[in-house]
Amino acid sequence: MTAGLEHYLTVSALLFGLGLYAVLTRRNAVALLMGVELILNAASLNFVAFARFVDGGVDGHIVAIFVIVLAAAEAAVALAIVLAMFRNFGTVNVDSVNRLKR
Amino acid sequence: MSEHAILLSALAVLLLPLLSYAILFFLGKKLPRQGDWLGVALLGASWLLALRIFAHFWAAGDPGLRIEANVRWLDLGVFKADAGLLVDGMSAVMLVVVTTVSLLVHLFSIGYMHGDRRYERFFAFLGFFTFSMLGIVLSNSLLFLYMFWELVGLASYLLIGFWFHKPSAAAANKKAFLTNRVGDFGFFIGILIFFTAYGTFNYFELFAAAHLHPLTGALLTLAGVGLFMGCIGKSAQVPLHIWLPDAMEGPTPVSALIHAATMVAAGVYMVARLLPLFDPGALLVVAYVGAITAFLGATIALVKTDIKKSLAYSTISQLGYMVMAMGVGVAAAGMFHLWTHAFFKALLFLGSGSVIHAVHTQEMPLMGGLRRKMPITFWTFLIATLAISGVPLFSGFYSKDAILAGALAFGMNKAHYVPFLLTLAAAGLTAFYMFRMVFLTFMGQPRDEARHHHAHESPWTMTVPLVTLAVLAVISSGWRGPTDGWFSRFVAPYDMARIVEETPGAPHAGEAFAVPAAVHGEHALPQESHGEAQESHGGTQAAHGGAHDSHDAHVRHTAHITAMVLSILVAGLGIFLAWLTYMRGRIDSSAVLARLPRVHHVLQRMYFFDEFYAATVYRFTLWFSWLCGAFDRLVIDGIVNGMGYLTRVLSWFAGLADRYVVDGLVNGVGAVIQGAGEGFRRVQTGRVQSYLAYACFSVLLLVFVFRAL
Amino acid sequence: MGGDLVFYGFALLTVLSGFFVVASRNIVHAAFSLLFTLFGVAGLYAQLGADFLAVTQTIVYIGGILVLVVFAVMMTRIPRADAPRRGLDRAVPAAILALLAFALIYMVIVGTRWPQRATGAPEATVAEIGTSLMTRFVFPFEYASLVLLAALVGAAILIRERAPQDDPADADDPAGNGEVRS
Repeated sequence: MTAGLEHYLTVSALLFGLGLYAVLTRRNAVALLMGVELILNAASLNFVAFARFVDGGVDGHIVAIFVIVLAAAEAAVALAIVLAMFRNFGTVNVDSVNRLKR
Repeated sequence: MSEHAILLSALAVLLLPLLSYAILFFLGKKLPRQGDWLGVALLGASWLLALRIFAHFWAAGDPGLRIEANVRWLDLGVFKADAGLLVDGMSAVMLVVVTTVSLLVHLFSIGYMHGDRRYERFFAFLGFFTFSMLGIVLSNSLLFLYMFWELVGLASYLLIGFWFHKPSAAAANKKAFLTNRVGDFGFFIGILIFFTAYGTFNYFELFAAAHLHPLTGALLTLAGVGLFMGCIGKSAQVPLHIWLPDAMEGPTPVSALIHAATMVAAGVYMVARLLPLFDPGALLVVAYVGAITAFLGATIALVKTDIKKSLAYSTISQLGYMVMAMGVGVAAAGMFHLWTHAFFKALLFLGSGSVIHAVHTQEMPLMGGLRRKMPITFWTFLIATLAISGVPLFSGFYSKDAILAGALAFGMNKAHYVPFLLTLAAAGLTAFYMFRMVFLTFMGQPRDEARHHHAHESPWTMTVPLVTLAVLAVISSGWRGPTDGWFSRFVAPYDMARIVEETPGAPHAGEAFAVPAAVHGEHALPQESHGEAQESHGGTQAAHGGAHDSHDAHVRHTAHITAMVLSILVAGLGIFLAWLTYMRGRIDSSAVLARLPRVHHVLQRMYFFDEFYAATVYRFTLWFSWLCGAFDRLVIDGIVNGMGYLTRVLSWFAGLADRYVVDGLVNGVGAVIQGAGEGFRRVQTGRVQSYLAYACFSVLLLVFVFRAL
Repeated sequence: MGGDLVFYGFALLTVLSGFFVVASRNIVHAAFSLLFTLFGVAGLYAQLGADFLAVTQTIVYIGGILVLVVFAVMMTRIPRADAPRRGLDRAVPAAILALLAFALIYMVIVGTRWPQRATGAPEATVAEIGTSLMTRFVFPFEYASLVLLAALVGAAILIRERAPQDDPADADDPAGNGEVRS
């Protein structure tokens, strides 16, 4: 079967599911971030696939580029938060960071 | 020389002073003699190239010949701007004026600025100023004209405030800058009107476009007046002349450079250059402003005792002549006066600098009898005085005469005699105050022995420029008027038909602004109806009707003879009165002034212009700030405070209600909440991922529910 | 077809390594798996004719973001700690949720008639992307740069060394020689 739109979308859906699972289960904040990256990639892949098979222009590519840019910004800030967290709490386990609860 | 060589030379003329500036600014302190020789050498090279260009146009003998080159500078789609060079007869003349005076000022400064702490910086600034001024002369578009215009403003700011540790100098350069900004604002509006209407900045494209599709009525006048405002600021015309006398706080060579030949001439040059863009209404404004300026400047110069201040007002007055010449349709005569004036006024300033250098004061009552101590300075100063007074055979006579004749012809044609009468009176006053200056400074008995004793002739670097300028002050006219002498090879009225023909890319006006040329023929060609006054033709040249020609020729001839006779008479009268007053003592000047206390007071306070601005502009600004402050204090603070007070009152009542009503409720609610919280705290795990899972679950649930529906 | 083979290869690479990212207990292994996932996605981009995007993905994601992640891993790893106490209490609901999400999306994919167009040979997109970024998308483009700047500043502030809390004056004395002042 020739690889068409549905194939790419399926791959993207799989990536999304995996990312969601990672986000929901990982305790390590860094690993959680990796899950977020998977989800972002899944979305980008969708955009590019639609650009190729439906729209025909490069608008989807540009959205994907913006996703990459924002992912970079997100990674920088999030990892800074993780480092600050590590410094303050001595751990990167998201479960342990619940000071607000008390 | 080929056109290519001309353009390259022009570029070199422009850039050599900039090079001088760059080198001296960064490396000046490290060079031997602080690099003054370098500045002089580069300026000298620039001057030689300017002479070469001048020679080329002399040989060509065609005032309409122009050599232009453009480089696409900005291309933003809708907005395109070219950087271009324009060399023609007029700019060739200006190049020679600017580089000559600048070179001599450089030489003079070697002696005058000797020992100054920022000696090399001074030469750097001179180079920068020269560069900016040459940029004005050589640019071929309004955009670049405006840029260099502002650069000149900046350079003059730096030079006037060169001794910035003197508070008066710091105030003067600020004043010059701000006053110029007022004029430049109008200038900018004028430029924008033309750009909006025609979509180009290039002079000749604009001329052609404005010729073929003139702007309708008032808009054209408005744009012309806008452009003229730039001239009012830079060329120190009434009412924005107030900066120029204060600018005398700068070193004297700066006064010679800025206030004789270059910066103040920029406004005149600009009007002459852009003359086809002015309509008769705007030109009438120009004529009146110029005439009033000429008269006011001359009257104030009468009572000033500070030699440089007096010269400053003299400059204002002479600039008024030039500007009026533009307005009355003898632009060539105005440019000619600019040319001759540049030399004799630079000479006067440098001569006064030489005197100041010798006696260390600027007050003429403290001088006197310097003739024997400083012979070279005296004789050169006298020559310049004769030239500016309009004595025949000296250069100033020929140019001033042409302007007066033009003004008279303008008056006869249009029944506007005021400009002529004002400038004629100013001519007599000029002769009087200039000879007053000579007599007070050089003749008679020394009034301050100590200063007189220490006075000495200046070193050769200062006297050589004086002598050179003195020679030029005599010969620069060529003993002919502007249109029958050599000057007609360089400057003549624009030939609109030729410009239209030679400017293929002339854009067309937008529909909104333009009307067919036929309808507005009279407006489009400002000078056509009343004809070119006198033998010199200013402004837009168009095909004449034959009937006009013979009439005009007659008017011109009459005007020429009348004006010449009158101006010689008036100048002679002025000199004679000055002689009676200050040499023979037949007329006691203080007695005359005592008889006319009001007039004296008005003149002494320079027609209260500064007071006027202090009373209006400054006071308005202060009043407005005070108003804003008061508003802030009373209204805003009042509202804030009132709100605060209101809140306090309300809270007192609220407190009562609180204590008795709410507390009871709160305690009850608190109990309920506590119970609920006990239940819900199990949901609130504090784990991010649990929350996420809830969120995901809810979303999925919603989606499934809606799909099912 | 050759192209399909390449597609299936990349798709497999992406999904499998993505699985390892999720499943791997060792965070370093997870990070390296992520490398392959991202690379696989880049390959898929290339298959889709998005040449510029593929390169960008490789350079920015793999070269930039992933390196950042690995750094974070190295700096925050506590030796022998992070005991992987992975109770099923969390994994089972999460797995169900993830599966449900996938199922939902898959149903949409299969159940929709996509308005597809005929696809020709992919063309180079760099010029068009550049033009678009400078014209239609110039505002988002500038906005993105603003966001990046803000992120940069924010990150820098977040991980700045804090001065000791007991003496607030030390905050403006980074050299730490506060005792010189009396």
